[in-house]
Amino acid sequence: MLGNFDFDVIRRSLPYLFYEGMTFTLTLTALSALGGLIFGTAIALMRLSGYKTLGRIAGLYVDFMRSLPLVLVIFWFYFLVPYIGQWLTGASRPISVGAFASSLITFIMFEAAYFSEIMRAGIQSISRGQPAAANALGLTYAQTMRYVVLPQAFRNMLPVLLTQTIVLFQDTSLVYVLSIPDFLGAASKVAQRDGRLVEMYLFAAFVYFTISCVASFGVRRLQSRIAIIR
Amino acid sequence: MKHFRSIGLALAATFAVSQASAEELTGTLKNIKDTGAITLGFRDSSIPFSYLDDNQKPVGFAMDICYKIVDAVKKELKLDKLEVKLNPVTSATRIPLMANGTIDLECGSTTNNAERQKQVSFTNTHFLTASRYVFKKSSGLKSIDDLKGKTVVSTAGTTNIKQLTEANVAKGLGANIIPAKDHAEAFLMVETDRAVAFVMDDILLASLVAGSKSPDDYAISKDAFSKPEPYGIMLRKDDAPFKKVVDAATAALYTSGEGQKIYDKWFTQKIPPKGLNLNTPISDELKHEFAKPSDSPNPDDYK
Amino acid sequence: MNYNWNWGIFFQPNPMGTGTYLDLLLSGLALTLETAVLAWIIALVTGSIVGVMRTLPSKGAYWFGFAYVEFFRNMPLLVQLFLWFFVLPEILPRAAGLWLKQLPNAPFWTASIGVGLFMSARVAVQLQAGIGSLPRGQKQAATALGLTTVQGYRYVLLPMAFRIILPPLTSEFLNTIKNTAVAITIGLLELTGQARSMQEFSFQVFEAFTAATILYLLVNAVVVTGMRILERYVAIPGYITGK
Repeated sequence: MLGNFDFDVIRRSLPYLFYEGMTFTLTLTALSALGGLIFGTAIALMRLSGYKTLGRIAGLYVDFMRSLPLVLVIFWFYFLVPYIGQWLTGASRPISVGAFASSLITFIMFEAAYFSEIMRAGIQSISRGQPAAANALGLTYAQTMRYVVLPQAFRNMLPVLLTQTIVLFQDTSLVYVLSIPDFLGAASKVAQRDGRLVEMYLFAAFVYFTISCVASFGVRRLQSRIAIIR
Repeated sequence: MKHFRSIGLALAATFAVSQASAEELTGTLKNIKDTGAITLGFRDSSIPFSYLDDNQKPVGFAMDICYKIVDAVKKELKLDKLEVKLNPVTSATRIPLMANGTIDLECGSTTNNAERQKQVSFTNTHFLTASRYVFKKSSGLKSIDDLKGKTVVSTAGTTNIKQLTEANVAKGLGANIIPAKDHAEAFLMVETDRAVAFVMDDILLASLVAGSKSPDDYAISKDAFSKPEPYGIMLRKDDAPFKKVVDAATAALYTSGEGQKIYDKWFTQKIPPKGLNLNTPISDELKHEFAKPSDSPNPDDYK
Repeated sequence: MNYNWNWGIFFQPNPMGTGTYLDLLLSGLALTLETAVLAWIIALVTGSIVGVMRTLPSKGAYWFGFAYVEFFRNMPLLVQLFLWFFVLPEILPRAAGLWLKQLPNAPFWTASIGVGLFMSARVAVQLQAGIGSLPRGQKQAATALGLTTVQGYRYVLLPMAFRIILPPLTSEFLNTIKNTAVAITIGLLELTGQARSMQEFSFQVFEAFTAATILYLLVNAVVVTGMRILERYVAIPGYITGK
């Protein structure tokens, strides 16, 4: 059956697959990772803040997000975000949010739960003496976090954070359920239009595999380099 | 002196603006005016109503109608520029996305029925089609009863899958119904023998067959799951001013004979991406409807 | 918010003729659990084999285990399901492919196997780490006692390793349950799928998704509680988690 494998359909659709599909996927991955890291760090700080209520809210948020399948969350947000926008801005009607913005918000909110757990572990890995020393030097809480704790936590956790970003890169393919042309969505549109499922899905698998493999190889090298410095 | 003049100009401008909004725009029209943009929902594979061409741009009969509506809205609001945003929708997402303001007009192949009218509104009908199924000739199917115990696919979120589900219960078929994301995916299920039949509006089935690798292998059932039902461009519910503009635009288009011209372009001539000709001249019912545009959800009103 | 709330919708009959909309969601929940349990069995069995292979002295076994894990870990689950569902039957000989495609409940089997193999790579990594965390003396003691490699793993290393990695395995099991939702793309009507079809038939988006969300939270709570009890029961004396 592989005899009539049609490479031409892949070659013809390459510009669409990469200029539109892969650009969407990579932009979504990068921005979600950045947003998820910032929001996740905030959640981690809330959990470790020592304020009970604040910590509990943050904990509930993390547990809640981690209990739900991403597909369900994607549906939720796609339909709900405009109403939240309306509520936040007090507008008279739902705020129109495009497909990209909606997916971005979804992934930031969802991944923040996972990034926050990593950052929490990172912050906890720093010895108690350091914040104490910072305190003794007269640094405020914000300064201690900004200049002492977070940079180290981030560095220690960098390999784990990057591995989670690779998972995120793969997870973005789920926006397929909304018919949004990310890399896989683009591939499936061509596949269905031309009836070339085998070629397009194998090619998509190959591209995801190659990128993830190279990225995780890079993370492993980074990990060993960091390990030596320590 | 100079100052006075500029103040005068400013005053005049303020006056003009307040006069323009004297009728106090509301709903979608206000939103379009405020943002300078209108968002159209389009489909992946509702050929020839709304689908992606070779450059992955949405085209089709319903898209052409929508662009005419956009022109009318632009004129109504006296805008120099109106940005058109495009948002992909599926049968399953189109109604929630309409309700939550993500899209302003849905340009596709959405059946206008009484049940949906509780959620959304429709403008004048642009097509009439009945629900049937496509199958491979080699499978030897004929009637709806032949689907007994078979695997049948339909598109999630359509009236067709609902009719199929109801027929399945009413006739005790015991068919295994699989929902697909979009029409092309559902048709592929039949093409690759995953399912024996695909239940959908017959015009969409005919287009999928015509565009397939071997059109002669397929046939469409004589049996129908429904009467010919109307398709309409979907808009938000309870937005009378916007509906008025859209209704007027489509009515003008259909009665002027331009509607027929656009119809012929998509149904009786070669269409992208493969240069297919669907050879489906306008039906008497639709011709009649174009002469007297109607947004009725009742199939019996179109006889 | 211009949305017509209707919480009574759950007790109205669904168009499938299978009772109310609530019954529809519960049937979805049942399918989610069935798929997840079958997938988890597959993941545990294959994952354990591959995990053990990665700790064996044989170079060949190590590389096979390495390749296996990389293969299943570096592709999105959605793409893997597409490969199993759409691509595999086409590249098999025609008769075999046709048989696969016309299996009753093809989405169920595909989802269970697809999710199972995807998760097996993670189980393998966990198990490898678990075995690696054991003191080297245990393996040496087993050898000194005259146990073969198989016996050493069976009676010494694996019972210890599995008990150590029980907490991460719990979260992998929860991931398995959540991952079955991806099978919505190959037509499996599990909980998320049924919530979506309820939305399509009744137009009550938020009620449908709220109910699905609550059901997932409940499942999660039950599994976590059950596993906590199991963890306490099998905890190894002398370890931090032990008594």
